[in-house]
Amino acid sequence: MVTLKELSTQEFFGPGHRMCTGCGPAAMARMTMKALQKPAIVVNATGCLEVASTIYPDTAWKVPWVHTLFENTAAVASGIEASLRKQGKGDTVDIVAFGGDGGTFDIGIQALSGALERRHDFTYICYDNEAYMNTGIQRSGATPYGAATTTTPAGSKIPGKTDAKKDLIGICVAHGVEYAATASIAFWNDYITKVRRATAIKGPAVIHVLAPCPLGWRFETSETIKLAKLAVQTNYFPLYEVENGKYKLSMKTPKPTPLEEFLKPQGRFRHLFVPEFSKNLEELRRQVESNWSRIAQLCGETPVQTSPPSSQPAR
Amino acid sequence: MNGDEAVAFAAKQAQVDVVAAYPITPQTIIVERFSDYVANGEVDTQYICVESEHSALSACVGSSLAGSRVFTATSSQGLALMHEVLYLASGLRTPIVMAVANRALSAPINIHNDHSDMMGSRDCGWIQIYAENAQEAYDWTLQAFRIAEDHKVSLPVTVNLDGFTISHAMEGVAVLEDSEVSDFVGKRDPTYKLDTTKPMTFGALALPDYYSEFKRQQVEAMKNAPPVIASVNDEFERMSGRQYSELSAFNMEDADAAVLCMGSVAGTARAVAAELRKQGKRVGVLKLWQYRPFPTREIAEALSKVKSIGVVDRAVSFGAPYGALCSDIAAAKVLTGIQTKIFNIICGLGGRDVRPADIEGIFERALRHADGAPIDDSLTFVGVRP
Repeated sequence: MVTLKELSTQEFFGPGHRMCTGCGPAAMARMTMKALQKPAIVVNATGCLEVASTIYPDTAWKVPWVHTLFENTAAVASGIEASLRKQGKGDTVDIVAFGGDGGTFDIGIQALSGALERRHDFTYICYDNEAYMNTGIQRSGATPYGAATTTTPAGSKIPGKTDAKKDLIGICVAHGVEYAATASIAFWNDYITKVRRATAIKGPAVIHVLAPCPLGWRFETSETIKLAKLAVQTNYFPLYEVENGKYKLSMKTPKPTPLEEFLKPQGRFRHLFVPEFSKNLEELRRQVESNWSRIAQLCGETPVQTSPPSSQPAR
Repeated sequence: MNGDEAVAFAAKQAQVDVVAAYPITPQTIIVERFSDYVANGEVDTQYICVESEHSALSACVGSSLAGSRVFTATSSQGLALMHEVLYLASGLRTPIVMAVANRALSAPINIHNDHSDMMGSRDCGWIQIYAENAQEAYDWTLQAFRIAEDHKVSLPVTVNLDGFTISHAMEGVAVLEDSEVSDFVGKRDPTYKLDTTKPMTFGALALPDYYSEFKRQQVEAMKNAPPVIASVNDEFERMSGRQYSELSAFNMEDADAAVLCMGSVAGTARAVAAELRKQGKRVGVLKLWQYRPFPTREIAEALSKVKSIGVVDRAVSFGAPYGALCSDIAAAKVLTGIQTKIFNIICGLGGRDVRPADIEGIFERALRHADGAPIDDSLTFVGVRP
C-alpha cells in the first residue's frame, strides 16, 4: 500500500474543472493522475468527466488528453498505443482510458472487448456511478436492481430497475487480461496501488472503480466518501483483484455493515423502504448477497452473511 | 493487379505507420494484401485488426493524433458504421487516408458497386476523390497522403474506387519505384500531436460560444485544399508523367452535349462519345476526380459552351430534386450563370451494368436538349425496369 508521502504533490487533473460539489468521479480522476509514475496520455469517453473538465478554451488536464466519442475510447487508446509502439515510445508512456459505466458496460463494451483481445498495452478505468449521470440519471447496465433512475423511475407498479448489474470484471477476466480489479474512491491507497499495478502490466488492465454521484444517487454532497466506504463495508461492492485469472479479496468484511446503512441515505432506493415494495428490497439484498458469495468463493474465502434480513418493515 | 491491390501497394510504398481496418467486400483485398506485407516483413507498419469499422476509424484517429501516418479502407455498411467517426477525423483535423471501394447500401443487401455509401457521408468534411480505374486509384492514394498531411489542409482524404469494377478487375498498373514514392510522400510532420513533453487537450467541448469557429476553420481548410492539390498534381506529373487535376475533360472543347460522371463509368462514356464523334455528333465527357472540395469554377469553365449535359448519379437522394452530384452541378450553374441545360440520370445502382447503349441514350437526349427540346423530366432512371 502506498502512503500519502509517496504521492506527487503535483496536480495533473488541475483545479478549475466544473464537476459538481461532492463528485466521486472528480476525486477518482485526481487520485488516478497522482498514482501514475510515468508520463501519461489520457483518453476520455464522453461523459461528466469529459464535458466538465474541458470546456473550450479551458482545460483541467496537464497531460496530453483526448476525447473523441462515447463508445470508442478503448479503440482510440489502441490506435495511440500502436502509434507509440511504432515510434519506439511504447514503454515510456502510460496510456490511461477513462470511461463511465454507460461508456463501458453498455455502449463501449465492444470496443473494450476488441482492445482487450488484441492485448494493447493500456489501462482502462471504468468510473462507475451506476447510471448515465451526464444525460440526467438514466439506467445503465451498471445500475443496480431496484434503483430509481429517470428511465427506471420508482413507479407505483414498477419500483425502479428490474434487472441486475453486469459483472464487468468477469467479462474482462474472460478475455484473459493479466490484471483486473475493483476499487472504491473511499480507499485511496488501495485504489492508487491498483492503478500502479495496472499500469505496470505489459498489456491491457482494467480497473472498475465505484465513484458515487450525489446528484444521481440523491444524497448529501458531503457524504460521497462515506457512501463509497459503506458500499464496500456492506459487501454491496466487494473490492478484489484478479491477477492472471486468480481472484483475491482486497478487503475482508468479517462483520459486514447492514445493507440498509448504504441504501437509506440514497434517494434512489427510498421507494424500496415502503411495505408495498419490501419484496423488491429483499430481491436487491438477495442479489448483493449472491454477488458477494460468488466473489468470496472465487477469492477462496468463506462468505459471511452480508446482513440479516430486516425483521421489521423499514419506514 | 486489381484496384484493391494497387491501393494496398500504394499504402505500402507510402510507408504508413499504422493501419487499422476491418474486412468488408469489396474492400477486403486491400487489407488482405496489406496483411501479407506485414506478415512477410515488407512493411514496418503497426496493423491493428479491429473488431469493427467504428473501431477501425477510431483507432486511426488515435494513431493520427499521436503523430503517425495512417491508412484504412472500407466499403458500404462499413463506411456507414464509421459515420460519426468520419466527422471526428475531419473535426480533429487528422490527415487519415482511406480507400473506399464503393458499394451499395442495404436494404436490400447488395455487395456491388454504386456511390450511395460515400454520398451518404458526403458532408463529413473529408476531401473526396473518385478514381476511374486501378491506375488512378494507385496514383490518387499516393497523392492523398501529401494532400492530407499538408499543414495548410490537415484534413482526411477518401480515395473512392468502384467496387468490383475497379476493386476486383485486373489491369496493368504502372507503379513507381519505392524510392521515388518515398521522396514524393516524405515523412509526416504533424503540427500538433499527443506529446507528453507538450501536453495539449484534443477534442474539448465547444459550446455555442466557440463551436461555429471550429466549423469555420474546417471550411477554411477545405478552401486551402485546391492549390495544395494542384501543386501535388504537378509534382506527381513530373515524377510519373501522369496528369491529374480537379476534373478530366474529353472532347469538351467544342461539345454541344456532354455526360458528366465520376468513377469507372467515365471509361464507357468516353468510348461511346468517341463513336458518336465519328458520326459527327459533337459530344464530350466531363469526369470529376475531385468531388470535395467541389470544383465549381472549373466545372463552369468546362461547361461554358456546352448546351446540355446529362449528369450521372450512381446514388439516389430520396425525395430530393436531383441526385447529390447533379444538385451540386445545379448549384454551380446558379452560382456561375452558365446556361447549360441540366438533366439527371440515376443508373448503375447495386452493380447494375451501365451499358454503352445506356450512355448512348443519355448522349442522344442531351443532343435533343441542345437542339432546343425542353427538359421534361429532370431526373430519370436508366437501365431500370419500368
